Amino acid sequence: MKGTIEWQIATVTALRDETSEVKTLTLSLPNWTAHRPGQHYDVRLTATDGYSAQRSYSVASEPERTGEIDLTVERIGDGEVSPYLDDTVVVGDRFEVRGPIGGYFVWDRSIDGSLLLVAGGSGVVPLMAMLRHRASAGVGTPAALLYSARTYDQIIYGAELDMLRRSDGLRLTYTLTRAQPPGWKGYARRIDDAMLREVSANLGGEVLAYVCGPTALVEVVADGLERIGLPAERIRTERFGPSGT
Amino acid sequence: MPQPFITRGFVGKRQDAGGAAGRIPPGQHLVKDFPVLSAGPTPRADLRTWTFRIEGLVKEPAQWSWDEFRELPAQDFTKDISCVTKWTKLDTHWRGVSVDVLLEHVDLDRSAAFVTAFSDGGYTTNIPLPELLNGQAFVAYEYDGKPLAPEHGGPARLVVPQLYFWKSAKWVRGLRLMERDQPGFWESLGYNNHGDPWKEERYSGD
Repeated sequence: MKGTIEWQIATVTALRDETSEVKTLTLSLPNWTAHRPGQHYDVRLTATDGYSAQRSYSVASEPERTGEIDLTVERIGDGEVSPYLDDTVVVGDRFEVRGPIGGYFVWDRSIDGSLLLVAGGSGVVPLMAMLRHRASAGVGTPAALLYSARTYDQIIYGAELDMLRRSDGLRLTYTLTRAQPPGWKGYARRIDDAMLREVSANLGGEVLAYVCGPTALVEVVADGLERIGLPAERIRTERFGPSGT
Repeated sequence: MPQPFITRGFVGKRQDAGGAAGRIPPGQHLVKDFPVLSAGPTPRADLRTWTFRIEGLVKEPAQWSWDEFRELPAQDFTKDISCVTKWTKLDTHWRGVSVDVLLEHVDLDRSAAFVTAFSDGGYTTNIPLPELLNGQAFVAYEYDGKPLAPEHGGPARLVVPQLYFWKSAKWVRGLRLMERDQPGFWESLGYNNHGDPWKEERYSGD
């Protein structure tokens, strides 16, 4: 029996706007332990009268960064915890977290084969932890990211992904489903089988796919990956719906 | 209980749960929709070859085809359900066959104490046998008056509403009776072996 994953009090040491609706919080942890990329932490907020709320957020940072983690949080309009984290929190604030949690939607350098990552919206967060770990650990695992966003402005980590594309051999593909900037030459439609076939072509090795995003996207992508020949046991999914507030 | 750590500036959205306040386990919040959580692609079962089995520590295994399963006496169930990812949904409406009815078709060995539910796609989950008995658990094939959708576990899923919902195996194809407890899929990957929402048994060691 493993020990209990205890609550600890995290201190916010940095805040960064990723998009108009998405913010990254850097948390310093007194009892930091290395996570596996893809894992999440639970956050617990407590009001003065003892009322409390909990939610789970994926770790965005790589485990090579010791003592702290990044959580990237999308503000859900009628949510309870995400508006607090995105709008109220300032550097120096403290709140309770526990983790890391989760043992299936994880990837690290010990896993062979090539990496096919498919993200919808803020579903890119746990996949970013995998890509940052891959870069930081200097492993040569072939990797492709297909990232579906509504608009160019809603792409999270755009500059860093572009850097990983140039310097780290990441095969990076965006599809912008709602609006595209002038002169956009990339995909401009919802993910389909043809797109999956194109982004995964000649990736090399045995492909392991991680798909994270809204339920509708994950259903389409997971089914599509099976149709283009990936066995179900090599497709790992994480879904979030409107309730992931 | 240690003193709770107050979060500066947090008020929270108090849900007007009314009489339901006592029905929301600790750390959970109410939802109106029905989120989907699965570890992999959604299996699509062929009802012509679908079977449901009771096996393991029984004198003779029992097996039903889809048509045979639909002939079994069914009941309507209205249950509150809680997912370890923090959502709780009240008064969900199901139709299916209680595990008690299924077990009437086998002679249980006296040593049977635990159950592994197994599913299309290889998913498994473990439950102590007593927690499946006396009307507590059922195999559902309708949700809200309609056939259970594949992403919610259709054609049939186990429903064990008093435990976190990962115990309610989607795409269930049978129950294996065992003498010893055998951790299932999530139970082997950091989640609690038992999963009682009222005790907040979310993760290993809770």
